[in-house]
Formats: sequence, C-alpha cells, structure tokens
Amino acid sequence: MTWLTPAMQDLLIEASWQTMLMVGAAAGIAILLGLPLALLLLVTAPGGLAPNAAVNRPLGLVVNAIRSTPFIILMVAIVPFTRLVAGTSIGTTAAIVPLALAATAFIARLFENALREVDRGVIEAARAMGATRLQIVWKVLVPEALPGLVAAVTVTLVSLVGYSAMAGAVGGGGLGDLGIRFGYQRFMPEVMAIVVVILILFVQGLQSLGDWLVRRLSHR
Amino acid sequence: MSPEPFAEADPSRPAIRLTDLRRRFGATGAVALDGVSLEVAPGEIFGIVGRSGAGKSTLIRCVNLLERPDSGEVEVLGRNMLALDESGLRAARRDIGMVFQHFNLLASRTVAGNVAFPLEVAGVPRAEREARVAELLPLVGLEAKRDAYPAQLSGGQKQRVGIARALASRPRLLLCDEATSALDPETTAEILSLVRSLRDRLDLTVLLITHEMAVVKAICDRVAVMEAGRVIEAGRVFDVFTRPRTATTRSFVAEVIGHSVPAGTIARLPEPRPQEVRRLLQVLFAGPSSTRAVVSEVSRRFGLDLNIVSGRIDAIGGEPFGVMTLAAYGPPDQIDGAIQWMRSIGIEVAEAVPEETAQMKLEAA
Ligand SMILES: Nc1ncnc2c1ncn2[C@@H]1O[C@H](COP(=O)(O)OP(=O)(O)OP(=O)(O)O)[C@@H](O)[C@H]1O
Ligand SMILES: [Mg+2]
Repeated sequence: MTWLTPAMQDLLIEASWQTMLMVGAAAGIAILLGLPLALLLLVTAPGGLAPNAAVNRPLGLVVNAIRSTPFIILMVAIVPFTRLVAGTSIGTTAAIVPLALAATAFIARLFENALREVDRGVIEAARAMGATRLQIVWKVLVPEALPGLVAAVTVTLVSLVGYSAMAGAVGGGGLGDLGIRFGYQRFMPEVMAIVVVILILFVQGLQSLGDWLVRRLSHR
Repeated sequence: MSPEPFAEADPSRPAIRLTDLRRRFGATGAVALDGVSLEVAPGEIFGIVGRSGAGKSTLIRCVNLLERPDSGEVEVLGRNMLALDESGLRAARRDIGMVFQHFNLLASRTVAGNVAFPLEVAGVPRAEREARVAELLPLVGLEAKRDAYPAQLSGGQKQRVGIARALASRPRLLLCDEATSALDPETTAEILSLVRSLRDRLDLTVLLITHEMAVVKAICDRVAVMEAGRVIEAGRVFDVFTRPRTATTRSFVAEVIGHSVPAGTIARLPEPRPQEVRRLLQVLFAGPSSTRAVVSEVSRRFGLDLNIVSGRIDAIGGEPFGVMTLAAYGPPDQIDGAIQWMRSIGIEVAEAVPEETAQMKLEAA
C-alpha cells in the first residue's frame, strides 16, 4: 500500500467530495427544473389535460436535442453559457452546469414517463369530482407517480456519477478525473482500482437507497 | 355544499334531462351518440343497458360533461350544464357523484384519504373533512379499513370506497358506469343493495349503466335500452321485461327471465298422434293475464292437449310474472288459433324450436 500516501488519501477524499458535489448539485437542479418540464410536456401533449402543440413540440425537440448530444460534446458546446451562469468555464462549479443541463433533459423524460403511468381513470375521477387542473397535477399526478419519480431520480443519480467522470475535460475534478490522471496517465493502476471501487460503492449506495424509498412510498 | 344558487330539488322537475345528444368521435369515426333524449325523475334508479359500444359510457359521461356532446342539451339538477363556465362546471360536478367500473381510487391515499379527496378539492377545512369521513365510512361498512390502502382491499371493498367518495360532497345525483361489472355475483348483489339503500336514505337519484339485465332487474325503477348510439326502448323495468318490443331488448331480457329446457326433456315427450302435430310454445304471463287459468282455457277452447314442460314464477319490483314452456298437441290450425288468442289477451308467446330452447326467444308480439 505504498501508493496510498497521505497526499493520495487527501486527493481521494477531495475527488470524492467533488463527485458528490457535482452529482448532488446537478441532480438537485435537474429535479427542480425537470419536474415542471415533465409536467409541461405531459399536460400539453395531445390528449393531455391542456393539449398545446405550440408548447409541446418545441419543448420536446429541445429536450431530445440535449439528450442526443454526446455529453462530452455538450460540455464543450455550451462553454459560453456555462461562463454566463457560473462566471467561469473551468472547475467543479463550471462542470455542474453541463451536468445539470444533461440531467434535466434526461430526468424530464423519465419523469414524463412516470407521470404518464398514472391511471387515466384516476384522473378522470378527479375531474368528475370537480378538481381543477392544478389540483389534478399536485394532488393526483405527482403523488400517484411518486414511486416512479423517485426511481427516475435514482437512475439519474447513477447516470450522473458516470457523466461526472467526464468533468475532467473542463477541470471539474472528481473521482473519474483522478482515476484517469493517476491510473492512466501516471501508470498507477491501484489508484484506478480504488477509484472504481469507490464509484461502485457510490452507485450501489444510491441504488439501494432509491429502491428502499420506492418500496416505502409504493402502496400497490 | 354548492356555492351557487340553483333550482332546488323539485319532484316535478327531472333530475336529468338530455335532449337530442349527438357525439361522434373523429370526423369519420364512430357515432357514439345518435340523438339520445332521456329524462330521469328525482329519486329514481334509472338503468341504461346495451351491448359493448352502444354508447352507454359516452352518454353517462355527457351528464357531468366528462365528454362534451357535439350537439344537444344537458340539464342536470336544474342546471344547463353546457352553459356553465369552468368554475360553474366544477361546482356542478360536486353535486354529481360518480362511481366507476375500475374504482379509480388513488393508490397513494388511504381509504380515508380517498373519501376525503373530493372535499379537499372543494376546499373544505380539515376538521370538517375528517368529520364527514367518519360519517361516511360506517355508511358503506368500512370503518375498520379507514387507514388501509386500496391495494389491501377486495374489489367489493374498493367499490364501497368509491361509493363513499362519490357521496362525500353530498351529491343529489349518483352516476354509476358499470359499477359492478368487475365484481363477482355475490359482491354485485351487496353493492347493488347498498346503492338502493343509500338512494332511499339520502334521497339520491341514480343513473346507472350496465350490460347485465340482472342488475337492472335487481334495482332499477326504469330502464332504457341503447343500441348503436340510440335509445331503442325505455320504460318501467317490469314493462320492458315482460313486453320487450325489439329483438335486442328481447335477447337482453332472455338473459334474466329466459329459461332453458333440459336437453333430454324434449326427447321424452310423447309423439303426436296422426293428423296432429307437436309444437313447443314458450309463454310469458304478466299483469292481469297471469291470474287467468290460461292453460286449461286454451285446452278447452282449442281442443289441444297441453303438456307443461317447465315453468317458473318470478317478480320484478314486487310484480309477479310467469314463464312457461308448453308442448301443445293438436291440429296445426288449432294451435295457430291458440297462439293468436293468447296474444290477444296480452300473453307473450314464442314458438320454441327444440334445438334452440337454450334461451327463450320471444317473437315480436
Ligand atoms: N375517446 C374515444 N375516442 C374514439 N372513439 C370512442 C371514444 N370513446 C368511445 N368511442 C367510441 O364510441 C362508441 C361508443 O363507446 P362507449 O364507450 O360509449 O360504449 P359503451 O356502450 O360504454 O361500451 P362498453 O359496454 O364496452 O363500455 C364506440 O364505438 C367507441 O369505440
Ligand atoms: Mg362503457
């Protein structure tokens, strides 16, 4: 274990922290933006609560465009935007911007699917009881879809852990970056290995937590 | 409950009046409603029967405007529904409870939470909501299941929750779209008697849709039969059952009051003598004719031998009627005469071909 010097330990801890920060912040932003976006996509879809092609089409297009752009390209392509939002285009904070953007588009579609799963009959019952559209959204759609929404958050978090490894490209740091710099570029396979182990633990932890929450929330 | 003033329950005024409703899906699509007019009196249980696709659901959904008719008029509890704006419509809907075939309960809410939902939506304060839920659960026999989730309930229990929920905002009209179709016969009977007792206790008007005549027979006062988007027959249940005027109604009625003749029975009947024929007649007595000694009178008047193959007495809403299969032996013209005479005194007569005695097929009277 000669390679695990105190300096390396510090690097690992710092990188773990950076990964958690990037994943956590990007996921938080994605949830906050993705849920309204998903609701808007669902509600304005043909046959939705308030069908509106003029809103639905362009919105769907943008979401799909973001989702189909490879993350590494997205990160570079939106540098001007990143600079505008984060004040810099380099570093962990700057990496959060493209991560959040990609995750928002990603989670919006997952949320949309989860919300679409809500039984039409239940929505109809709410309409028959005199519920407003807003009440249907917040008292029916969201609570009924909650287990599915939580599962979507879990999937997004796990994907973000993977995406965050590419953040090194904009100097974002994090575990993936550390693994590449030391493990690959400086030929320290042990570092690569421990990075991978920590990432696996991260993902496992997130997945277990997510599954547990879904089970708790689901009354089916 | 309702924030808006409107005509109070007036027994002389129909609870529902539908006038010439038309609804077509898509420019070239199916015509779901093809000019339906209907009146439902306050306090009655009105049934609508019809085969799948007849337009029943579309019709009942037009009552609370879950579906908007292309044309026609919808008057419910004194309101012209089609003239209401969004908030007026929401208020009107709170006066109309609805129960669904697949219950449509919120899986994320407990029984109490589901029953409280319409009150929550209406902005009723929490304490009042809880009091109302505590009142409603015993009404449907679910006090013990207050905190259960729908997934933990049987179909019958789920429908009880559905009914309690539909009644939460004290509606005066209850719409039931195939409310018992997902339930077994025993549970169906339970739910139906619950609906009837609630009607009696709460002064409700009930409009219910079903494809089962047994449901109509069990609780409806009046019935309309739908086919291809039209009402083809409507009236008191007893009248429609005992004097069906269309082939569709007849086949529906046969499901409930038809009776089959056991296969071997025909074979064991005596053969007719030379010059005579044997014909199987299915007769239905209702109203005054049921009290007459028809069998012996026919026998005497037309010189026929009548062999009673099977028969039973039934009642709809307390009014008795009888169904009987007779084997008539005699000259063909005498049998024809007997059939005509029976029809002339209001008895439904159908000739049964032995091969098709599985269900009684009454001929057009
Ligand atoms: N939303 C819809 N879009 C297109 N067609 C529809 C829609 N709803 C009903 N229809 C059509 O309208 C006709 C009447 O349907 P409706 O659901 O009212 O029948 P129903 O009598 O309730 O049948 P069931 O007993 O199967 O429930 C059918 O031909 C059906 O296909
Ligand atoms: Mg239907």
